[in-house]
Amino acid sequence: MADEKDKLKVVGTRVIRTDAFDKVTGRTRYSADVNAVGQLFGSVLHSEYPHAEILEIDTSEVERLEGVRAVVTREDIPGAKYFGGVIPNQTVFAVDKVRYYGDGISAVAADTPELAEAAKLLIKVKYKPLPVLSDAREGLRADAPKVFPEGNLCKHHKVRKGNVEKGFAEADLIIEREYSTQRIEHSYLEPEAVVAELSEDGGIKIIGSIQNLFSARRAVASVLNLPLNKVRLIQAPLGGSFGGKDEAVTVLFCRAALLAIKCGRPIKLVNSREDSFRESYKRHPYFMRYKAGVKSDGTFTAMEIDITADAGAYASMSPFVTWRSVVQATGPYRVPNVKTDVRAVYTNNNYTGAMRGFGSPQVNFAVESFIDEIAEELGINPLELRLKNAFVDGDITATGQKLNHKVSLGEALKTIAERSDFVSKWETSRKSSSRDVRKGIGISCSYRGVSLGAEGTDAASVLVSIQSDGSVIVETGLVDMGQGAATAISIIVAEGLGIDIEKIHFLNADTSRVPDSGPTVASRTTIMAGNAAKNACEILNERIKRVVSGEKDLGFEEKVAICFREGISLYAVGHYKSPKTTWDEENGYGDAYFTFVYGANISEVEVDMRTGKAKVDKFYAIHDVGRVVSLSGAEGQVYGGVAMGMGYALLEDFHQTDGIPDFKNFDEYLLTTAADIPKMEVEFLQNPDKAGPYGAKSLGEPSTEIVAPAIANAVYNATGKRIRNLPLTLERVLIGRELVRPSKRGSEIARGEK
Amino acid sequence: MMTFLDVRVNKTRVRRFVPAHFTLLRFLRETEGLTGTKCGCEIGECGACTVLLDGKAVNSCLVLAPEVNGADIWTVEGLAEGFDLHPIQKAFLDNDAVHCGYCTPGLLMSSIALLNDDPDPSEEKIKTYIAGNLCRCTGYIPIINAIKEAARILKNEPRPLLK
Repeated sequence: MADEKDKLKVVGTRVIRTDAFDKVTGRTRYSADVNAVGQLFGSVLHSEYPHAEILEIDTSEVERLEGVRAVVTREDIPGAKYFGGVIPNQTVFAVDKVRYYGDGISAVAADTPELAEAAKLLIKVKYKPLPVLSDAREGLRADAPKVFPEGNLCKHHKVRKGNVEKGFAEADLIIEREYSTQRIEHSYLEPEAVVAELSEDGGIKIIGSIQNLFSARRAVASVLNLPLNKVRLIQAPLGGSFGGKDEAVTVLFCRAALLAIKCGRPIKLVNSREDSFRESYKRHPYFMRYKAGVKSDGTFTAMEIDITADAGAYASMSPFVTWRSVVQATGPYRVPNVKTDVRAVYTNNNYTGAMRGFGSPQVNFAVESFIDEIAEELGINPLELRLKNAFVDGDITATGQKLNHKVSLGEALKTIAERSDFVSKWETSRKSSSRDVRKGIGISCSYRGVSLGAEGTDAASVLVSIQSDGSVIVETGLVDMGQGAATAISIIVAEGLGIDIEKIHFLNADTSRVPDSGPTVASRTTIMAGNAAKNACEILNERIKRVVSGEKDLGFEEKVAICFREGISLYAVGHYKSPKTTWDEENGYGDAYFTFVYGANISEVEVDMRTGKAKVDKFYAIHDVGRVVSLSGAEGQVYGGVAMGMGYALLEDFHQTDGIPDFKNFDEYLLTTAADIPKMEVEFLQNPDKAGPYGAKSLGEPSTEIVAPAIANAVYNATGKRIRNLPLTLERVLIGRELVRPSKRGSEIARGEK
Repeated sequence: MMTFLDVRVNKTRVRRFVPAHFTLLRFLRETEGLTGTKCGCEIGECGACTVLLDGKAVNSCLVLAPEVNGADIWTVEGLAEGFDLHPIQKAFLDNDAVHCGYCTPGLLMSSIALLNDDPDPSEEKIKTYIAGNLCRCTGYIPIINAIKEAARILKNEPRPLLK
């Protein structure tokens, strides 16, 4: 493989994104820019309570209104009233009760968006409010309000390895700590939008900002009681997603489709930012107890971890998110005895689901803070303790999996520490006693299972169609949501066919034209679609070779022309199925993922000791991605991942009071801005993986999953204050606790609004 | 209720009745079909709807259409001439400053306003100037690099920012 790099012409270079020209000229048509002839505008009535029985819904008044063309409720659903990829318990429109403040009761279609918006308020709903369960830690108590009649436990995963009692008995030091992370909002810049219309065959066609077309199609088909081939979903260019435009958009698809069927006209349904905040799912808040046994030389003997995750009102991806957490909870370290329990618990908060990182940012914050705390107790520097326990080739993970690929964690840690002069800065900063501004430096690292692992079937297809002039069309069911999948897959096709990337046109996904390739999640697109694309190119190259084998020095166009003359099809479906993974849910072990990636972050901070403001000064990131496919794209993933991780560490907290979100929009929910961005140094290690196309693995999620602990460790290094709850707000840094925030905006309190 | 507007949009004179409650954003998107300008929050926080109003960058979601009568308005659609990109657009392409692209039109317009105001901005000034344009994908670094590069190019080959 080492020689292969020199032969690569397109893979690993800097290319201009294939979709960027349209985006800088304003030509890209996102969902909200799409209009259908004769369209009406939809608006959704949300619940007034986070938890209530619905006694009556009276739509008679709104139905009489001129310009209102359709009103739909639970009564209008011809098929399944509940949907969900893992546990189907989510409603399109509330059936017997509402479980969170973002539940939809009804939707209205009208001639203008203003009318739809105003008309829905005439729908009369009688509720019987129920006690609200707002804290997942209380959800399993016998007296807790029940979100579902069968109880509040959504999923319990465990990992068992060795014997933790024995491990703790062998330890010189036992240390226990509790950590928590907060709920955060994906904050993709484009709010969700769809346009649904009836199609000729008695089916439905919906275009929208959707990340996982095939799971959404299954939901729409079951709700409408239609076969899959009559439900056509088309992905519009996505204005960001980060895991967010999955179930959150599935409900929009279903609602728009129900309205379109009821009135026979196309329906445009566009969420405002307020709708999006209220309705969409978030990143899970985690409450984590960590206990470790360690020898005085720093060798781990045991780790026991107990985690409660707030699943919110519906299952969504909670069973899978918490599975990744249970697999990776001990971090990338050799621990002979492990007992980990992760429970996802229903509450009446916003439901929680997939978000970039998918259950890893939470446990990484805990375990990477915990490692620093253990190092402090032992009097060892945090880099040394990591290096002492970090996985090397052939090590066995907490789930009993042998790492039989190149494990570059040690290399990553050593390289980044050297680059940043970590040890000497760390030693200097801990001695600072300034009352004004102190500097600090912190380190973190991780390993991450690539793709879905034992969560489910892991396969993808890519269609490559060479045109008679030598230009190429590429299609797949995996989507570009801004992460650069279109460019990455185009690079792999360009490399595979030996042509310029400008020759390739990548089409957005359309469920009626491409095979189900599973979801665009788990940083799996480059490896899965990349392998499938490479496979398609190999099939085509073989066909071309058979026809033109005798002729020398022909260009690609000439070879293609000969094939067309000879009647040879240059359309191929490439396919890839991941290597086998295993999981024993009962006993908590298995070969969870077919390969892993490794990375490390270092953050330098400046803490204002008078205000508690922590400012990230400089950030270093190193990731082993197997092989860089698009160099500028890879760097961009890391810059964006770090910025998002900084928000998680320092700013963002989608707090809810008794189930009602404290935030409605970006005026109070703060994201990292350009003014907050530090200097960043990004480096890639390239140890090609035999499972990856040209050795490539993944990067999208690794880039954001260890930012927060690096910053928290740096703040500790600067201030001596260990903050175990995210985010590291000014008050937590300054006085060590959270101040109670008002649940309403100041302006609303002043106006006396409810 | 309708109101009459007589404005210039990307050099073209537009005379039209529009609903009086429309924002400039809705006028551009719904009346003029210029959907390049994006709607992200409708409260002036995200910057996705930034356009140039008489040379100044404004959040078009916060400006009512009747207020702009007589004004000169520029949107992202006015920057390129056919396939000939404006230097700022080219710099965004070359520096990989465009990921999902939803913030891009607003950032392009803010960048032009910045370079109008200061043809040779420091990095700190760039960061402060575009802090009102949220981007969730790029981590801003490629955008900052793009603005620096555009400033360099425009210094060497001066041209009016908007023709």
